[in-house]
Amino acid sequence: MADMSLQKTPMPTQEPQIRNHNFNEVALGYTYEMAVGEAKRCLGCKNKPCVSQCPVAIDIPAFIERVAQEDMEGAYQVLNRSTSLPAVCGRVCPQESQCEGKCVRGIKGESVGIGRLERFVADWHREHAADSVKKPVTNGHKVAVIGAGPSGLTCAGDLAKLGYEVTVFEALHLAGGVLSYGIPEFRLPKSIVNHEINGLKELGVTIQCNTVIGKTLTVDELFDMGFEAMFIGSGAGLPRFMNIPGESLKGVYSANEYLTRINLMKAYQEGSSTPIMKAKRVAVVGGGNVAMDAARCAKRMGAEEVYIVYRRSMNELPARHEEVEHAQEEGIIFKTLCNSVEVLGNEQGFVCGMKCVEMTLGEPDESGRRRPVVKENSEFVLEVDAMIMSIGTSPNPLIRNTTPGLETNRHGCIVVRDDSGLTSREKVYAGGDAVTGAATVILAMGAGKSAAKAIDEALCK
Amino acid sequence: MFEILEKTSLNPTVTKIVINAPLIAKKAQPGQFVILRATDKSERIPLTIADEDPAKGVITLIYQIVGAGTMELNSLEQGDQLNDLAGPLGKATETDGLKKVCIVGGGVGCAIAYPIAKKLHQLGCVVHSVVGFRNKELVILEDEFTKVSETMKMMTDDGSHGEKGLVTNALEALINAGNEYDQVIAIGPLIMMKFVCGVTKKYGVKTIVSMNPIMIDGTGMCGGCRLTVGGETKFACVDGPDFDGHLVDFDEAMARGSMYREFEGHAREEACRLYGKEG
Repeated sequence: MADMSLQKTPMPTQEPQIRNHNFNEVALGYTYEMAVGEAKRCLGCKNKPCVSQCPVAIDIPAFIERVAQEDMEGAYQVLNRSTSLPAVCGRVCPQESQCEGKCVRGIKGESVGIGRLERFVADWHREHAADSVKKPVTNGHKVAVIGAGPSGLTCAGDLAKLGYEVTVFEALHLAGGVLSYGIPEFRLPKSIVNHEINGLKELGVTIQCNTVIGKTLTVDELFDMGFEAMFIGSGAGLPRFMNIPGESLKGVYSANEYLTRINLMKAYQEGSSTPIMKAKRVAVVGGGNVAMDAARCAKRMGAEEVYIVYRRSMNELPARHEEVEHAQEEGIIFKTLCNSVEVLGNEQGFVCGMKCVEMTLGEPDESGRRRPVVKENSEFVLEVDAMIMSIGTSPNPLIRNTTPGLETNRHGCIVVRDDSGLTSREKVYAGGDAVTGAATVILAMGAGKSAAKAIDEALCK
Repeated sequence: MFEILEKTSLNPTVTKIVINAPLIAKKAQPGQFVILRATDKSERIPLTIADEDPAKGVITLIYQIVGAGTMELNSLEQGDQLNDLAGPLGKATETDGLKKVCIVGGGVGCAIAYPIAKKLHQLGCVVHSVVGFRNKELVILEDEFTKVSETMKMMTDDGSHGEKGLVTNALEALINAGNEYDQVIAIGPLIMMKFVCGVTKKYGVKTIVSMNPIMIDGTGMCGGCRLTVGGETKFACVDGPDFDGHLVDFDEAMARGSMYREFEGHAREEACRLYGKEG
């Protein structure tokens, strides 16, 4: 009989006023007992509504059942069938709008803590199981994966498990994509990312860093080198700016730059050689997960006041609910229904303020969200010494400019025919942010997974 | 993997290294750059490729020691490996259809200007070169420029070598002497490029400049290298590094370039201590 308590087992976390001064992980993870207890809340529904919402279709009731039976390795094996990166997904997936959003327990009370259980199982396996990854027998087919982010790593892992010889080409000096340069240590420890990547290497995946496809090599050259199919998971690309006056002042960052300096280049570590502004009052413009990450990083880098400036209301924030909650607990100030119209600078050319206007919500626009409208005579100045733009990205041009016949849409995103990720070029597949524009880790992983299946079907026919 | 095969000091602050990098050597074109990290703790720094030899699989970099990153690079010797090297990045300098060009190089910028002068010369374009240095001790690549240039003007600030004066004086004199250039290509400190553009705008001569803003990934991800060109935001790493000099907002680029001056001072001191050299 299931445990019918209405609440999820709470996640132990670092105290907000302590964690907002360090980069250690915020959520500490369930204990063994907590995990077993929480697993017993699962009803094991026959129609599995949760699975229908999982982009990689993890058999959720099956893994949770094993946790309840204290068969942690068995639970891991269920996860491992569907996801190459369970420790990552358990931490960064927007579960409330996916699996947990459809959980029957959520109708009356709180859903089962599926994400927390996934994280527990992955962490338990990493800490307890002697990894006995067996390199599969090779099938002799070579596949190239472009970009070592969530979609590329997933695609590479799935193909390697099937015996493909996979080489992942990464432009940066470190694999992981957004998991390495974007998502901060306190939300996703880099040791976990490294562990997942090492697991892929043990499966036989080759990861070649410092190789910029579109520059060092082109897609066509990869075919000439004997790769029979390709998956492009090159990620989101260049940051957007608002095109308002003052955006070039010193102290205006894109979220990508700010997070890259902190995460990839380790500016948060004592004695790092990476320069970064230690601002006292920071405004982050935008309301997504990246904005939350940037704001929470700024706080940890020593800012006294950090604002999220977002033009719609709290209800429309695109960030995961948990990220917003954590940010609020840590003292991030939400200036919603507010938009920036000009960045102000001092005599030395550094940011000293931001001119804002208040907004109200009008009629819904084409995205279905209510359109923000400027309130008349509402101008005011927010005193800040740094500003971080987190309003999205536009796709990187390097691959589309050097791959003849690769169709892209008017935004520059790669066009795919269907869920397989097949592009307008034969044997060239694509997925993740390069196709969808900025989205989530799990959607990218889902795309990598579908493409791996399609590549296998195309090559082994 | 990226072994330093040769290391030569060109003057007290400028060093030339030849690196084993077959894939980059095969693709590199004048005007393009690489991003490197000397050690696994170093910053990513962009350096323009000074020469490439696809047959030998090597590229040449010429750099001036200005901050912690270049100091760490300079601590490596022949036989050592760079931790990371990626490229060739950015767009190549456009040379198609040019019949007569004046190349203006300033200081270590001459290391980037020279391969362009050489390529234009090989393509049959008439090349005039104006190169400027602070003093005789800092002069680099004089013979190389002379070999590929029909006319060559050497300028030093103190007159210790060539003529005393600025590159803009020599350029203006060449234009006034009746030389009609299809294009001027100016590479050097921002302030030099700004003033060269001031001169050429007056005479209506199209001018290309090579920008080297602060950069992190260099592949079109971080947006740190943004510039305003013709009123639009451009990214030096993927849209450049070459831009129409008459459209570049140099004052803004100079301001942005000084963003980390204080930090860099500290980092340089640290690196000096680490490598036991004078700051």
